[in-house]
Amino acid sequence: MSSTFENVSRRGFLKGMISGGAFVLGVQFLPRVVWAGAAGAGTSAEQAAFSPNLFVGIQTDGTVHIVTHRSEMGTGIRTTLPLVLADELDADWKRVKIEQAIGDARYGSQNTDGSQSIREFFDVMRTAGATARAMLIQAASETWGAPAAECESDLHVIVHRPSGRRLGYGELVLAASKLPVPKKEELQLKPRSAWRYIGKDTTSYDLADLCTGKAVFGQDARMEGMVYASIEHPPVLGGKVKSLDDKEALKVSGVRRTILLDPFKPPHLFQPLGGVAVIADHTWAAFQGRNKLKVEWDDGANAAYNSDQYKKQLQETARKPGKTARNVGDVDAAFAQGGRVVEADYYVPHLAHASMEPPAAVAEFRDGKVTAWACTQNPQAVQAAISQALGIPKEDVTCHVTLLGGGFGRKSKPDYVVEAAVLSKQVGKPVKVIWRREDDIKFDYYHAVAAMYMKAALDPNGRPTAWLQRSVFPPIASTFAPNQTYGSGGELGMGWTDIPFDIPNLRVENGPATAHVRIGWLRSVANIYHAFAVQSFADELAHASKRDPLEYQLDLIGKPRTLDLKEARYPNYGGSAESYPVDLGRLRRVTEMAAEKAGWGKRKPGNGWGMGIAAHRSFLAYVATVVEVEVNDKGEVRIPRVEMVVDAGLVVNPDIVRAQFEGAAVFGTSIARSGEITATNGQIDQSNFYDYPVARMKEAPYKTNVHLVESSAPPGGVGEPGVPPFVPALCNAIFAATGNRVRELPLSRAKLGASGK
Amino acid sequence: MIRLKVNGVERSFDGDADMPLLWYLRDVLGLTGTKFGCGMSLCGACTVHKNGEAIRSCVTRLRAVQGAEVVTIEGLSSGNGLHPVQKAWVQINVPQCGYCQSGQIMQAVALLKTKKKPTDQEIDEAMSGNICRCGTYQRIRAAIKAAAEGRV
Repeated sequence: MSSTFENVSRRGFLKGMISGGAFVLGVQFLPRVVWAGAAGAGTSAEQAAFSPNLFVGIQTDGTVHIVTHRSEMGTGIRTTLPLVLADELDADWKRVKIEQAIGDARYGSQNTDGSQSIREFFDVMRTAGATARAMLIQAASETWGAPAAECESDLHVIVHRPSGRRLGYGELVLAASKLPVPKKEELQLKPRSAWRYIGKDTTSYDLADLCTGKAVFGQDARMEGMVYASIEHPPVLGGKVKSLDDKEALKVSGVRRTILLDPFKPPHLFQPLGGVAVIADHTWAAFQGRNKLKVEWDDGANAAYNSDQYKKQLQETARKPGKTARNVGDVDAAFAQGGRVVEADYYVPHLAHASMEPPAAVAEFRDGKVTAWACTQNPQAVQAAISQALGIPKEDVTCHVTLLGGGFGRKSKPDYVVEAAVLSKQVGKPVKVIWRREDDIKFDYYHAVAAMYMKAALDPNGRPTAWLQRSVFPPIASTFAPNQTYGSGGELGMGWTDIPFDIPNLRVENGPATAHVRIGWLRSVANIYHAFAVQSFADELAHASKRDPLEYQLDLIGKPRTLDLKEARYPNYGGSAESYPVDLGRLRRVTEMAAEKAGWGKRKPGNGWGMGIAAHRSFLAYVATVVEVEVNDKGEVRIPRVEMVVDAGLVVNPDIVRAQFEGAAVFGTSIARSGEITATNGQIDQSNFYDYPVARMKEAPYKTNVHLVESSAPPGGVGEPGVPPFVPALCNAIFAATGNRVRELPLSRAKLGASGK
Repeated sequence: MIRLKVNGVERSFDGDADMPLLWYLRDVLGLTGTKFGCGMSLCGACTVHKNGEAIRSCVTRLRAVQGAEVVTIEGLSSGNGLHPVQKAWVQINVPQCGYCQSGQIMQAVALLKTKKKPTDQEIDEAMSGNICRCGTYQRIRAAIKAAAEGRV
């Protein structure tokens, strides 16, 4: 990452964000290509993300303003990135004020997904802080007429060591703002031993507001004079309004009018779905009016989509040869040599994000420009999509980012914000668009349904001599371009081409699938189904060979080494192979540690009790999970304990990271227990938490213990990597407890009564 | 005309008495600490107190709170301090995204009014109507226990 810095104190660049007289430092840099590009999301917004800026400002009273450009949806990033800057600046955290950036390509990528905020911006934030500190030191040195080498920072103060003289940061602001900006090469970063905040627990900047109802989410955003909108979307993707009768709707007190929204032009991208909007004085009137609409729809081609039939189709495709994504040795020849052959099919249905906050946004179109407030993971995508929809320049779209009541990937797609802008242009007032839970479940960008076929030949010790695996799923690329049926390198690089096992003959394949709903990315993406298949199959092979699953897993991983994936053109989540090799030693270590923490092998499984283990690398982090289950005679599953061992490299804010993994166990529980989106005649069957249940307190793991491996490796991701190993570890535990192998999710469809094994 | 007390303030409303309390609080009074999550009493994000008891404001029509005393997250603590349950939430660092936490806190406060020292099972029963998609449940349980035991 190359960086250049400029002193922008006298520019109006921050316009009102930081008041006059402040010392403001700008940072420009060029980030590496990020994962979203690899998945086909190479939109103009992504492309424009290459010329970014990041800022710290200090007031004459010593207040430090740090701009955070990534979205807060519960990962703590809004706190943690500024914390890195504050540490290097040697600032007193109590005197730091965090400002949420608007969408602006100059900040770099703001698309808060892919578990990449820390790894992409850790160095940038450090450099920004160190630059400001160097300039404060220089300012003090000139003020005192003392050599800079005799001056150092000490928590918001510059100290002249020989004389003991001290000047506060605020007192140095005016002098510092007149100085040239030092080059990055001239900077002295703090040694690790001097870090004040990095590696120690700091709670969320918003913690008190979140506990008192003061925090503002997208659903809470308001603009002066706004009206409310609720939108009846076409029930089938690509459907259009055939006829509309809004007479009864317009009679509802508080309803002002209805507006027909244009259907999207394929591919659907982030465009609104179209439909009928009810505009009203308050949310309730909009909902009531909407209930009274009589709409006839022309459903279009996707009305032929039935998920039962589609499932069979995917499973059949998974049994036919596909495209090879990685090949080692000669699988066909090895299978021809015989040996015991084991085959299995796995299946994971479509999943919905179901963040607690349904999508919402308020926007005003005025004088050819748009101002929006939204719970978005990607404000630059908001700019691009509104620009596209209204034919105005991106620069004329100002997107303010609220807190997000969960995102999980859904809120990277700004269709709901575009709706607010389009409606505002027609209404002539700010419009608040509120999605109901039913809208959220029925009109999601779904996690892809996937079928996997696995086949292995075993030698007399049970070790695979040949391994074939094939996955079939409607790809994310189908959202961005027509006729996309094969997975991208990004999707296949999520637990599939990078299968971490030492097997002499290995072939990794992918088969085609056509999407009939909008496909998006959900927390840990393709890792969910790939890890489920690989880690369940490994457990199956262990049992087939009468070997201990832990010992077998370690045997499959083999010796500590780096996995060579050059030929598979492995995207590695955008991380370089030098900084982020696939280090099987780290995978082994977390696996061994998780087993140790869990007390693996100390109690005989069966009779409704068991433990399962799974390990997986994703988003440049290594996670091993042991799940303990109790399954009663009725097949009800209880999860008394989960042990997770995480090697995510350098960890900035440990307690917040532990919380991410505790949450991942609950998220995984939801996927495993009940996550299932189905469709009949193109319409999604589920609508709310009664038919799309997510884990509640009594269903969630009772206790998840998260152990972070001390590491000096560069930071990996933490938001997503806890999810993939959880589901297979749970299902492997269920097998140990009951003898029932789960090959299809969710568990609510399985019969799990204890077998008395 | 609906008359009620919200966080100690007398209010009257002559609009649609069938409007759920949630939308009155949020759209009319601007008390947005109470959240919309499902609209069907399935997730608990909208939990407030009616005469001291936890209710789901998304399915409680205004006519049902005629003359009632309603307390929302904004009115939970008097003055500038935090309610002990809020203090426990801060101490245990419970929230992730935080969207469901107003409802969780209101539910927990109501629980502790009736059960001074709830067991795990009682906590699970009382709190399982409140969904947290980020998965903060074990911290919620720990915070309730901390508040119950006066460790805040």
